[in-house]
Amino acid sequence: MANTGAVLLSEWTKVRTVRSTVITLLITFVVTVGLGAGICAIQSAQWHTFSASTRATFDPTSTSFSGISLGQLSLIVFAVLVVGNEYSTGMIRATLAAVPRRRTLLLSKAAVVLGLVLPVALVTSFTSFFLGQALLGDHGTSIGAPHVLRAVLAMAVYMTLLALISLGVSFMLRKPVASLGLLMPFFFLISPILGAVPKVKTVAHYFPDNAGQEMVRVIAEKNPPFGPLEGFFVCLAWAAACLLGGYLLLRQRDA
Amino acid sequence: MIEVHELTKRYGDTLAVDRLSFQVPQGVVTGFLGPNGAGKSTTMRMMLDLDRPTAGSVTIDGKHYNELREPLKHIGALLEAKAVHPGRSAYNHLLWLAQSNRIPTGRVDEVLGAVGLREVAKRRSGGFSLGMGQRLGIAAALLGDPSVLLFDEPVNGLDPEGILWIRNMMKSLADQGRTVFVSSHLMSEMAVTADHLVVIGQGRLLANLSMNDFIDQNSHSFVRVRSPEPEALLDALATAGLTARPATEAAHAGAYEVRDADPAVIGDLAQARGIALHELSPQRASLEEAFMRMTADSVTYRTGGDQAPVAAPEAPGPAPAPARSGWGADWKKES
Repeated sequence: MANTGAVLLSEWTKVRTVRSTVITLLITFVVTVGLGAGICAIQSAQWHTFSASTRATFDPTSTSFSGISLGQLSLIVFAVLVVGNEYSTGMIRATLAAVPRRRTLLLSKAAVVLGLVLPVALVTSFTSFFLGQALLGDHGTSIGAPHVLRAVLAMAVYMTLLALISLGVSFMLRKPVASLGLLMPFFFLISPILGAVPKVKTVAHYFPDNAGQEMVRVIAEKNPPFGPLEGFFVCLAWAAACLLGGYLLLRQRDA
Repeated sequence: MIEVHELTKRYGDTLAVDRLSFQVPQGVVTGFLGPNGAGKSTTMRMMLDLDRPTAGSVTIDGKHYNELREPLKHIGALLEAKAVHPGRSAYNHLLWLAQSNRIPTGRVDEVLGAVGLREVAKRRSGGFSLGMGQRLGIAAALLGDPSVLLFDEPVNGLDPEGILWIRNMMKSLADQGRTVFVSSHLMSEMAVTADHLVVIGQGRLLANLSMNDFIDQNSHSFVRVRSPEPEALLDALATAGLTARPATEAAHAGAYEVRDADPAVIGDLAQARGIALHELSPQRASLEEAFMRMTADSVTYRTGGDQAPVAAPEAPGPAPAPARSGWGADWKKES
């Protein structure tokens, strides 16, 4: 496609010229790193109260990523606004008049989100990791330990996939209020709650956030539903399904 | 050249556009006229491939819109005012548009100058007035230097100065040889800008003709006469084969209107019979009335009723922002 490059540049300009981009991504970084550090500090201070079995399954790597439970909300807002803003302002019609090929448009937006979120996510995950380990002190781990580097990278990959899932949902639901109304409670409330209900639990394992937690685990829980690689594929499948759904609706619907 | 062929759009049970076929002539301003809810905006959105036609097609220079590699270089459109992100500056809004169609970035500054927004180019567009938003929309339409321009109700809600600016802009664009296709629900607005007319009602084509032909066909002329001896005058007119009816407007109570008559003939007739005349004035029905009559017929035809809906002619000049309502509002997605 000869004009994909042009559309990519144009989508990059859109993302770079609104304030919400910097604000949401900065909040994602600050909240994820800050909350993760806080939890690591608390765990370190409470270490003497932990039972032997808790200590045995304690995963210092994934503990340092605890902040994502809250930080991901801001990341969702970023990705939702990338397309939702266009629908709420009516700008989508200008966009589709300029770029009538829906697939080129959706793939360019996805590429821009990926290209922007991945570096931010890498900085976030490495910062969370090193700060968390420093606060955990003796109970922490090092980047050279087995599977640790993979987990830190997986964290960034999870964040990127989450942004793509949100982008796909936003293409499907169009209005930011609708997308946020679905995604926010889902990631912040529904998934954690269902994950605690015995029978639904098995299904909840395949929700993207739970699969993401498996991706970043270094020390396995007892009877994990699946390993990190499977977790990655689950998240990837969610992102692909949401973007495909978004594309099909975008292609078929009136703007 | 835009060709609309058997274009149809159905929303549930409602036919918003019904087998519409017409061509937009090149190099002139074509008015796309119809009452609110006639299907004008839906048609324009289908031209840009924003809405999917239920049937039929639109081609631009022989191609479907989505086959145009860089569409902004062929067609520029102003669909709605202020369809921009309020946090983005006018410059950046035009910049992404330019980049998406490989239009040189220098063009952004040119069109900003052309619409008089250069001073506020770096300001957030959220603070723009409706008129400035409209100018930005026109700048976006001009960006790719297209030979075809579409404007959907461009004067809606603008102040008189803004309306005049848009009118002159459209005329100068046509003078440059561009094809301008502009929708309106106001005949009076089209009368001063358009060279050609496409009139639709209830999604159907009612007329497709030059402005002059429309005037000739639809604004019948009549002669208003007033006499202290009306019976004698009517008698004289009747013998000459002319029918007169009392003037309907209150301001002309007591006068009579004689359709398609020559004032000289009536004057001579009165003089021959020694009837005094207090008024003898040739008149033309307003185009607004002709337009009302034309679209009212389509409504009657569609509903099969025999009532002739008579709408009060809208005052010419600046139109208040119309409250969009009725079934025509369905496609207008709220934002």
